[in-house]
Amino acid sequence: MKLKNQAISLDALDWKILRALQKNSKQTYSEIGRQLGVAHSTIYDRIRKLEKSGVIKKWTVDIDLKKIGMNHITARMNVYTDPKESDNVAKKLSDAKEVLEVSISLSEELLIIAKVFARDQDELHSFIAKKVAPLQGVLRIRTSIITKKYKEEKFLI
Amino acid sequence: MTTSSSARTLRMLSRENAFYFFTSVGNYTGHRAMSLEDFAHKIGEVEIASLEFHLYRGDFEKWTAEVLEDSELTRRISDLKHLEPVGNALRDQLHFTVSKRLEELKKPE
Repeated sequence: MKLKNQAISLDALDWKILRALQKNSKQTYSEIGRQLGVAHSTIYDRIRKLEKSGVIKKWTVDIDLKKIGMNHITARMNVYTDPKESDNVAKKLSDAKEVLEVSISLSEELLIIAKVFARDQDELHSFIAKKVAPLQGVLRIRTSIITKKYKEEKFLI
Repeated sequence: MTTSSSARTLRMLSRENAFYFFTSVGNYTGHRAMSLEDFAHKIGEVEIASLEFHLYRGDFEKWTAEVLEDSELTRRISDLKHLEPVGNALRDQLHFTVSKRLEELKKPE
């Protein structure tokens, strides 16, 4: 693993390990080693290096909230901001536990796109009215509540 | 209402206590009222859809009661809501209700 113009350069084995982990991150080092024909200690070393270098950002679990009785809604919130304040607004949104994702898009106007989680519409509105609209630099907000999701995946390398 | 409570109702508000006009859940128009006087002015400017959204959710009453601490204005807005006005009639009646209360509060005792 080498640094090449800020990006980390991976060899063929690193790529294979990452693909195996993306399919199933619960696999043991031995299982991955067997699939790839290398010793489990090599897999262990490589994964440690991938973690240390930040290529593997975190280990997490994807929980089906409906199955555990947690009713909720998610919404896509487009926040139009004064360009001078957009970074501050994006940072403040990122600090809120109700906000799952924050990105900035530069189309015709500077726009912050955020994915928001709430138990119901009242909670969603209350969060936006009390915590987002009052932020310095917020010009207007357009929110769409997601009613049906067809696909949600991370990009597979 | 005493002079000090009138002053409290008429005060300039912080951003956190301002009234933010939405047209539906999560859709902020960009208009906000930083005082009762500003509120009266903004009633004439915002989309009617916003006035309808907030009146029937009880947001105006909640704000006048909790932030402006004006029970009289809260009662009058509640009475107006029970008449179920919509469209321009709502704008006109709400504007009249708030402006009249504003005049009363500004009058020296």
